[in-house]
Amino acid sequence: MGIIKSVKLAFDYLKYGEDESDVQKVRAIDDVTIDIEKGDFIAILGHNGSGKSTLAKHMNALLLPTEGTMWVDGIDTAKEPELWKVRQKAGMVFQNPDNQIIGSIVEEDVGFGPENMGVPTDEIWTRVEESLTKVGMIKHRDKSPNRLSGGQKQRVAIAGVVAMRPDCIVLDEPTAMLDPNGRQEVLRTVSELNEKENVTVILITHYMEEVIHADHVFVMDSGHVVMQGTPREIFSQVDRLKKLHLDVPQVTELAYELKKSGIDLPDGILTKEELVEELLRVSEKMKSKPQSKGTRSEKTSGGNKASGKARKKSNEREGTKK
Amino acid sequence: MILELKNVSFTYSRGTTYSVKALDNINLSIDEGQFIGVIGHTGSGKSTLIQHLNGLMQPTEGQVFYEGQDIWGSTNPAEQGKKKVSKKNRYDLRSLRTHVGLVFQYPENQLFETDVISDVSFGPKNQGLDETEIRRRAEEALRQTGVAEKFWKVSPFELSGGQKRRVAIAGVLAMNPKVLILDEPTAGLDPQGRDDILDQIKKLHDERGITILLVSHSMEDVANYADRIIVVNDGKIAYDGTPKEVFSHYRELEQMGLAAPQTTYIVNELAERGMDVDTTATTITEAKESILKALLEKRQLRKGETFV
Repeated sequence: MGIIKSVKLAFDYLKYGEDESDVQKVRAIDDVTIDIEKGDFIAILGHNGSGKSTLAKHMNALLLPTEGTMWVDGIDTAKEPELWKVRQKAGMVFQNPDNQIIGSIVEEDVGFGPENMGVPTDEIWTRVEESLTKVGMIKHRDKSPNRLSGGQKQRVAIAGVVAMRPDCIVLDEPTAMLDPNGRQEVLRTVSELNEKENVTVILITHYMEEVIHADHVFVMDSGHVVMQGTPREIFSQVDRLKKLHLDVPQVTELAYELKKSGIDLPDGILTKEELVEELLRVSEKMKSKPQSKGTRSEKTSGGNKASGKARKKSNEREGTKK
Repeated sequence: MILELKNVSFTYSRGTTYSVKALDNINLSIDEGQFIGVIGHTGSGKSTLIQHLNGLMQPTEGQVFYEGQDIWGSTNPAEQGKKKVSKKNRYDLRSLRTHVGLVFQYPENQLFETDVISDVSFGPKNQGLDETEIRRRAEEALRQTGVAEKFWKVSPFELSGGQKRRVAIAGVLAMNPKVLILDEPTAGLDPQGRDDILDQIKKLHDERGITILLVSHSMEDVANYADRIIVVNDGKIAYDGTPKEVFSHYRELEQMGLAAPQTTYIVNELAERGMDVDTTATTITEAKESILKALLEKRQLRKGETFV
């Protein structure tokens, strides 16, 4: 079992009308079965209202399933005595940096989590220092959070979660309110935590560019997981994503358009570098021997090693599920 | 020229130790009917700048003109140039704010009425219009922002994020502004919601001839929609020109914590590696056409053969 696993998870929101007895049930997620390996970088995509935040809130027991089960590191989140254990294992970071900082100085804010867990004072200070170093905010430890930029505030919020030493961090659109600089800061921090500390990362986002380095992507629509795979597998399906009110990175879209115009490019190109290399290759080929339209080879996989590795990884995952 | 800033500077907390110069000697003129993208990193001064355009902030130095009239000066020619303006000769800032509509970030937080149409009617009601005109304006604004009629009697709080945002924009639009300033109108929306809102704004610009100022963090969006881009950095205007002109400075933009659209990087990299592409391409369509052209030139077409 992975660090986060759900089987047939469903959740109903209750909507109250004017009259108290007039209660409507709205199913936000339905029949969601996922299995996330420890140490993975996971991205969840989906348009507004597709259920991705509802799913995320199940990962640290902010919401409890109406049907089905959610396990965090083997603990059933619906078992109330285990609630605090669950929340220590999976920390959550939200969209608005101003809504989640409560301390008047950066280091106090970061210490809040461990303090609530009953960590001894000396240990709290060690953890505060450690986690602020990890997110690159140690030199701002004495500052008031309201003098920080959005990206810095989000990094403080992440440090606050890191100080609780979770196995897993769930980030719900952490970059939506940030400028390009702030977005990069936060993403770099999150990737480093994933790579160096082996923290499992679950990133919910609307920015397709943020997803391209993930190990595995889930796409949600009307409460269901409708697509999953490596970024390359997901972004190869441009038309399907557009139907789901989503997008592909600009690079992928340009490659897709060029391919439609008859240029021999692989599907699901994700980075600028890849596209440039592929185009130079095509250009070389055209110079040497003109190719007629009919003999163009249908290449489907990207040429580089990284994609092969990612593909293998995802195949293995598929295998374990079956 | 509909709006003009002359030597405008603004200092926050002037005279205290916290004093910060947010705008530094800005000169800017905006013509009617333009679609302008305003970019700059957080803290560059762009929000301070747009709040000067509808008189929400008063410059510490310099003048702001709307249709040739100094909005902080006297309407009486005899009094012009004087520091103190007598009350009766003051420019009507309230009406200015109906001409220059400002949609703040996350405008849906400002919705408050019991149903959608009442919320949108609030602006025109305050303009002192009669019932039928208020209704007409509200309905028109809702149609133009793409809010379906079935939602008009619904509480705005029951709508989705994208719909709420449209209602909020409709509320400003119902005042019939000549200039519409939108501060990151797509923040937090999903890709489809983002495209919908931007397409609606474009339509307003094309059909109603409204002058648009779009503040955005997305270089791709500005490149796709604006015909002029203003880059604010350090309280000054760093660049002002067409998307092509502005994004040709992509290396300098990076120094300012900004970037160019991804396509700009691709065409520039291709050009550096010897491909004959147009390095000023900023949109996907432009890049695509330029790359196709460059590839085709490499290839000798045989007689009668077409390259699809």
